[in-house]
Amino acid sequence: MTKQEWPLYEVFIRTKAGLSHRHAGSVHAPDDQMALSNARDTYTRRSEGVSLWVVRSDRIVASDPAETSAFFEPAEDKIYRHPTFYDIPDGVENL
Amino acid sequence: MTSDETRIAYTLRLADNALVLAQRMVEMVAAEPELEEELANANFALDYIGQARMLYTHAGQLEGKGRSEDDFAFVRDEHEFRNLLLLEQPNGHFGDALVRQFLFETWYLHLLDGLIACSERGLSEIAARAIKEVKYHSRHSSQWLVRLGDGTELSHERVQASLDDAWRYTGEMFAADEIDVAFQREFDGPDLAAIHKLWRRDVEKTVAEATLRLPDDDWMLSGGKQGRHSEHLGFLLAEMQYLQRSFPGATW
Repeated sequence: MTKQEWPLYEVFIRTKAGLSHRHAGSVHAPDDQMALSNARDTYTRRSEGVSLWVVRSDRIVASDPAETSAFFEPAEDKIYRHPTFYDIPDGVENL
Repeated sequence: MTSDETRIAYTLRLADNALVLAQRMVEMVAAEPELEEELANANFALDYIGQARMLYTHAGQLEGKGRSEDDFAFVRDEHEFRNLLLLEQPNGHFGDALVRQFLFETWYLHLLDGLIACSERGLSEIAARAIKEVKYHSRHSSQWLVRLGDGTELSHERVQASLDDAWRYTGEMFAADEIDVAFQREFDGPDLAAIHKLWRRDVEKTVAEATLRLPDDDWMLSGGKQGRHSEHLGFLLAEMQYLQRSFPGATW
């Protein structure tokens, strides 16, 4: 008997109010609501977050690794676009 | 029965419920069908063990004879345990265990809600902590019931059979005996008749959503709360208490 696997979901956690959600990992689940439960039970056991997003992995549109140079390299030699010429004030943690 | 005896007996019932259920759930560790469910079950079992520890410690303090949480858990005999019969039943398959969780947690949630408002301060504080955990457990078991009931033909059939089997153990949750009555009177404790209505409403709703049929209130089994248990509790305790019975006072 072959076992049918549950679909894969990607899990995003907001660690505290004001920060953005970050990718934490993935879980399997039979449907959306259970994916949220499974993400809670798998990734927030140690107070890791205050908010969760889950999304089916096959619904994520990803850039093609073969096109990496066309996608990302043109930005590399345009250093004037990078905000690296500013001093970051002390005490700013999440910039 | 003095008022201290009442609250000690009442606390021990709650503690035994939490511990015996936790032990059943621990038996499923490393045997769940999916990794995510495995983690959830183990987490929930730990929640119940935590509740049992707080409750036994509280009972020991009220009693004032120096009994620790371990003394209550590991060196009492079968007839001294006061848990519901429902909770000591063997796990069976995934649907059987799930139905047990669902029926108990729907009741327990309302009971804890009543306990938060009671005048026994220790229990009220423990209930306030426990209810956060149980709210989530109850959400989880309700969701699963809907998915199994409204899933495939096979899952529907099997979980309906689980519900029919477990139903005869539910009457005990609402059968108030002298300890329940005394605790309600003296400490403004939960009203089991009122909880029965709330439980029935919630169970009916989820069972309907799961496209399942509510069993008839037929013959109900009872006795767990008075220490008259099914044959299964002895085996559960034999395994759970083995170490402390063989090596009394062992620590690590």
